Amino acid sequence: MSHQRPLRRLADGYRRVVSFHDALFVAPWRAGLERESRRQEELLVTLVFLEALGVENPAGYYTLELYPELAERFHAWHQDAGMRRAPEPGVCC
Amino acid sequence: MPAIVVALTVLAVFALAYRFYAPYVAEKVYGLDPDFVTPAHEFEDGVDYLPTNKHVLFGHHFTSVAGAAPILGPAIAVFWGWGPALAWIVLGTVFAAGVHDFGAIVVSVRNKGKSIGTLSSDVINGRARTLFLLIIFFLLTLVNAVFAWVIGNLFANNPGAVIPIFFEIPLAIGIGQYIYRTRKAALIPSIVGVVLLYLMIPVGQAFATPVDAGATAVASALSLEVRTLWILIVFAYAFIACRLPVWVLLQPRDFINSHQLFIALAVIFGGVAIGGFVMEAPLVNSAMPEGSPGIFPFLFITIACGAVSGFHSLVSSGTTAKQLDRDTDAKYVGVMGTMGEGALATASVIAVAAGIGGAAAFSERYADYGAASAGGLGYFTEGVGRFASSFGVSAELGAIFAAVVVISFAATTMDTGVRLQRYVVQEIAELVNVKPLARSLWGSTIVAVLVPLGLSLVPGGDERGLAFGRLWRLFGTTNQLTAGLALAVIAVWVARRRRNPTAVMAPLVFLLVMTTYALFIQLGEFAADSDWLLFGLDLAIFVLAVWLIVEAGLALYRAYQDRAGEGVVGAADTPRADQRDADRR
Repeated sequence: MSHQRPLRRLADGYRRVVSFHDALFVAPWRAGLERESRRQEELLVTLVFLEALGVENPAGYYTLELYPELAERFHAWHQDAGMRRAPEPGVCC
Repeated sequence: MPAIVVALTVLAVFALAYRFYAPYVAEKVYGLDPDFVTPAHEFEDGVDYLPTNKHVLFGHHFTSVAGAAPILGPAIAVFWGWGPALAWIVLGTVFAAGVHDFGAIVVSVRNKGKSIGTLSSDVINGRARTLFLLIIFFLLTLVNAVFAWVIGNLFANNPGAVIPIFFEIPLAIGIGQYIYRTRKAALIPSIVGVVLLYLMIPVGQAFATPVDAGATAVASALSLEVRTLWILIVFAYAFIACRLPVWVLLQPRDFINSHQLFIALAVIFGGVAIGGFVMEAPLVNSAMPEGSPGIFPFLFITIACGAVSGFHSLVSSGTTAKQLDRDTDAKYVGVMGTMGEGALATASVIAVAAGIGGAAAFSERYADYGAASAGGLGYFTEGVGRFASSFGVSAELGAIFAAVVVISFAATTMDTGVRLQRYVVQEIAELVNVKPLARSLWGSTIVAVLVPLGLSLVPGGDERGLAFGRLWRLFGTTNQLTAGLALAVIAVWVARRRRNPTAVMAPLVFLLVMTTYALFIQLGEFAADSDWLLFGLDLAIFVLAVWLIVEAGLALYRAYQDRAGEGVVGAADTPRADQRDADRR
């Protein structure tokens, strides 16, 4: 039993090093990845909801069926963009 | 004097400054408030706005601001002797950079994490935004030009670094893909990646001669200097790299670089501690040839990064401020970040001044400013090689290691610089109504590459780096002007809050005097040499400097008038309830 304690301490120490390394070196990079993926998603949401934003959408006929799928994300998007309510009533809030 | 004594003295001064001066700035000048809700909490989104532990945030900030510039500037400035170079590094770090970086974080935190460019418009006026854009355009052009020259020069003089540096590209992409796809902890892949990179150093050394012969053959077939060939290759790389998404190459490279930064610092300071090296360069160089640039003002622009750098305000306000957990953490992150950079600059001074083989070796290396400019980085890599030999590694391998570190930093800076420059070009094209350029990423990328490429080819021929030295000084001037703009924003913000802005005003005035004085002297030099390209560049930057002085002066005058109108002049440092409320806003 007694020899397990140093091993556990060693394992805990290693986990702490891994976690510190992750926070110090990897976190900014993961944030970059998240930022990139968020940008792509926002582009998709903006394109799908172009008409809700008052811009004519030539692909509107096809993207209409994506409205229910993306409505929640559109809600989050317009709130992030500083619009408390959706510009087009009836799209989400 | 033993180099270790110099290193410990600098670190001791930094510790004293952190203990006594930084709290004064935090409390009396910026009025930090532990209860202030930072943007990281107010707008937390898990990506940009994210409350982060202050030690971790210091790591992010330090690795973002440290690069090749705080190594190169001090290595050149030892031309005036290691004493003046070190004195400016220490005083600049404590009284200018500490206040500047720290202040940029605080002002940004109090303004929803806005960047310094936006803040210049909000705090000073709309014209300041255009001024900021133009200063950044010149800064990025000069950054890309000097770093391309630096990389080309290092490749030409250290062909052993070519293979490791080119190996780093697929290595970075591979590590990036591994971590991205597996989402596992990155410690082991990082160690493996860095070990693999450094295993390439002996390989690079073994193939140095054929690589050099190949480069020489291609260069002579194209009637180019070897350095010019490498500069062209570096810009081709930057053109391709900046078209890739950041997470494919730039970020994994940056990730490897941040490991290299700490390894390099450990090798230098560890080597100095173990090796018992002595400072052999003169404390003050009294044997400078006639016509050499004077300490006043040129020392203060030759060392920009490492003493005070305007580039830091972009990182402080754009990124760090959005992750600050508590308002009071700004002191630790901002001041310690600058001191980390000051330590790197100190390491550079020690590397070129300690154990070099006596005063005669110094006189030969630093025969004139041109030789110092062209050779500075080479002397640094040799110095690191000497320090690495304290650990039993051959000095030659150690020098290649240092070259790999510096080239990695410089290449990443260039990649980022060209990326940013594209947007600046597009924004300026929009301002002057050149729509095709404003709407074309290809067009703006070509401009962002061709303009610095043209400049970096100026220092060719047999001028022994004289023209490079001039470019470097222009880069330093533009960097200091960026710092001046940030300090002006901070000073106005402090003055409006009825606090005493002397701690901010003093470095602001000093930097503006030194930069305009240097630009003025150089105008005469360039005109005398009929160097009309650099004359035009210098004149443009001079106009920006005068413009900045006028805008900063007017903004401060208005801020003081507002204070006088409110009848609170003289109550600068009196804690008041309404002042606390104003601060919280």
